[in-house]
Amino acid sequence: MKIRVPLALTFVTALVMIAVFFTPHRLGSYVQSELSDWMAVIGGLGLVLGLISLLQRHLRKIAHRQQDWPYSFVTVASFLLMAVLGVGWGVQDESVFNWIFSNAYLPLDATMFSILAFFVASAAFRTFRARSAEAALLLTAALVVMFGRVPWGQLLFEQSPMVAEWVMSSPALGAKRAILLGVSLGGIAMSLRIILGIERSHLGGDG
Amino acid sequence: MPEHILGLSTEAIGIWIAALLTLAIYSFLYRDNPVYKFAEHLFVGISAGYGVGITYQQVVIDLIYKPLLRPAEVGALAPDYLVIVPTILGALMFLRFSRKHGWLARWPICLVMGYGAGAAIPATVQNMLEHTRYTMQPLVPFNTETQGYEWAAGISMFIMVIAVVTTLAYFYFSKEHKGALGTAGRIGIYFLMIAFGAGFGNTVMARISLLIGRFQFMFYDWWPLVVGIFHRG
Amino acid sequence: MIEKLLHLDRRVIFVFIALAVGVPMVGGWKFDQGSNPRTTAVHKYIEDLPDRSVVLLCFDYGPASMPELQPMALAIAQHVLSRDLRLVCMTTYPDAPLLIEDTLATVVERLEKEKGIKREDGKDYVNLGYRPGLVNVILGMSADIGAVWKTDFNDRRYGDLAVTKGVRTFKDVGLVIDLASSSTPGAWVVYAHERYKVKVACGVTAVMAQDYYPYLQTHQLVGMLNGMKGAAEYEKLVGLESDASKAMGPQSCAHFLIIALVIFGNIVYAVSRRRARRQTP
Repeated sequence: MKIRVPLALTFVTALVMIAVFFTPHRLGSYVQSELSDWMAVIGGLGLVLGLISLLQRHLRKIAHRQQDWPYSFVTVASFLLMAVLGVGWGVQDESVFNWIFSNAYLPLDATMFSILAFFVASAAFRTFRARSAEAALLLTAALVVMFGRVPWGQLLFEQSPMVAEWVMSSPALGAKRAILLGVSLGGIAMSLRIILGIERSHLGGDG
Repeated sequence: MPEHILGLSTEAIGIWIAALLTLAIYSFLYRDNPVYKFAEHLFVGISAGYGVGITYQQVVIDLIYKPLLRPAEVGALAPDYLVIVPTILGALMFLRFSRKHGWLARWPICLVMGYGAGAAIPATVQNMLEHTRYTMQPLVPFNTETQGYEWAAGISMFIMVIAVVTTLAYFYFSKEHKGALGTAGRIGIYFLMIAFGAGFGNTVMARISLLIGRFQFMFYDWWPLVVGIFHRG
Repeated sequence: MIEKLLHLDRRVIFVFIALAVGVPMVGGWKFDQGSNPRTTAVHKYIEDLPDRSVVLLCFDYGPASMPELQPMALAIAQHVLSRDLRLVCMTTYPDAPLLIEDTLATVVERLEKEKGIKREDGKDYVNLGYRPGLVNVILGMSADIGAVWKTDFNDRRYGDLAVTKGVRTFKDVGLVIDLASSSTPGAWVVYAHERYKVKVACGVTAVMAQDYYPYLQTHQLVGMLNGMKGAAEYEKLVGLESDASKAMGPQSCAHFLIIALVIFGNIVYAVSRRRARRQTP
């Protein structure tokens, strides 16, 4: 019951999906459409599960007065505020929910990632060393692409965009395609392992 | 949302809040500090709460409540009772917090895994064959319009084919990398370095773009408000 | 001196990068955009679509990728709506439905003010909203789009909208454009284009761009907009001078700074190594 039913569920669902791929019949379309809805519902509720885990962690921090617990209070308060606004008053254009999204969430998210630009610049000077032939080749390719992808590069050397484009669409493309083929083969192998019940890590503890 | 609060435009208030939060995050560049930590934790809370709000409206209401209890609002003639099944399965996932009944959470997970694995296999095989086909192109293409051989395109194609074969050779670990396989693997590494270098060049571009986005907000949206205060003063 | 440079405080470099971005921005440095065949291909495909064709624009990104992808969204939406085409927007990212609302509002207002073109919500464009997943959404839409999106983001029934009239499956869609900060275009190609032969194009962050060159070579993708440069190129093609175009000056300056830092850093490193070798007996 605890192991066999879930594995059987995996096996049957996978077989249904493979069968639907080769079935041009209306029944196949109906099954595909229904299962798509089911995945959306389960996926959506799964997202909430993750958020509740996050809330639990911060509540535990507050309860046990662990390090930086006042900040967890900020997290919990802002979480509850947004959740109540979204559930109670809706998420449409003129809502307070949308206003907080545009003026708090959006700038915070964007700024968090923009910090990476500073660290890339710092790493460019302090850590990107051409210690070997391979590293030198990597850096050369990077410099060629960086040079060719901006208007200044074209002003200084007219063919630089063409050279950068060639690097990306010939040697780099070949390597990326090989990686894609390898990943595809690996994906097929892993999918088969999951379907046949050989791979059970998704079952958790005593799977 | 009202247009004005206490005589101030809500748009202006919003821009000021966004700017102050931006500066709070950037304060980390000097060193870690309480202002940054506050902004960071605020971000985590708001994004989690946002997820709940959006999921409630777009999944619970649109995919469960309306099809089941208000079918006319979704253009259906009768309630869709079948939606009860994924709702129960989704609810079972919350049982993972229970030690006694946590095993029931496996059912929806296994359903999702089976769906993904089953959908992936035929689609991936199809895609792989397409990519293999386009690797086996004429080494020197003939252009029927100009009635000439495209040598430059041919050289590029040749290099691309060598890159694919040697990179695949590098990733073949079932045999020791000696002799021809070893040589091919070494050449494959060089092509991988070129690919990673090109990727790094693009990554630098992406990161700089993110910074430019924030600077554009600060200069074009926030700074005029700051200047406006001094002019009014 | 060499030792000081080798262990330079990174905050000094932070100041340099801030100046490299800020000075051209304040100075309003502008550069002529070249064109890229990958970007032009997307533009041409939309230009050649028959009237009232449906363009499905997927916003698969969040606020973190907005500087690169939002200008693309604005430029493409403006292009589609300035022609007599139907724009259907959707997302599989929970962060994006409000971004779609904002994009559509901006474009519609701009078209009315600057070109006198009026476009109507529900008749010419629609925001379908968010659905969780990706593969399930694509496969569900391949069977029946109206079954996946029973209502739009503003709670109107799919079947009641003029913009989605007669749009049942991918056969009724002229072009799918996926604006993505992750591997979603690959899924659109594999599950939508390969099986149902709908044409797919993408706009991606520069980080992801290299991953899609194989798909361009196999013609599985109609074309691709690559990062902020791609957005600037598309803005030029549609006659728009907006955020991405204005960003090319700072982008150029920052790139050259990074190139200089890499070269200078390696020179400093080589000099320090040579000195160390000379000092060891």
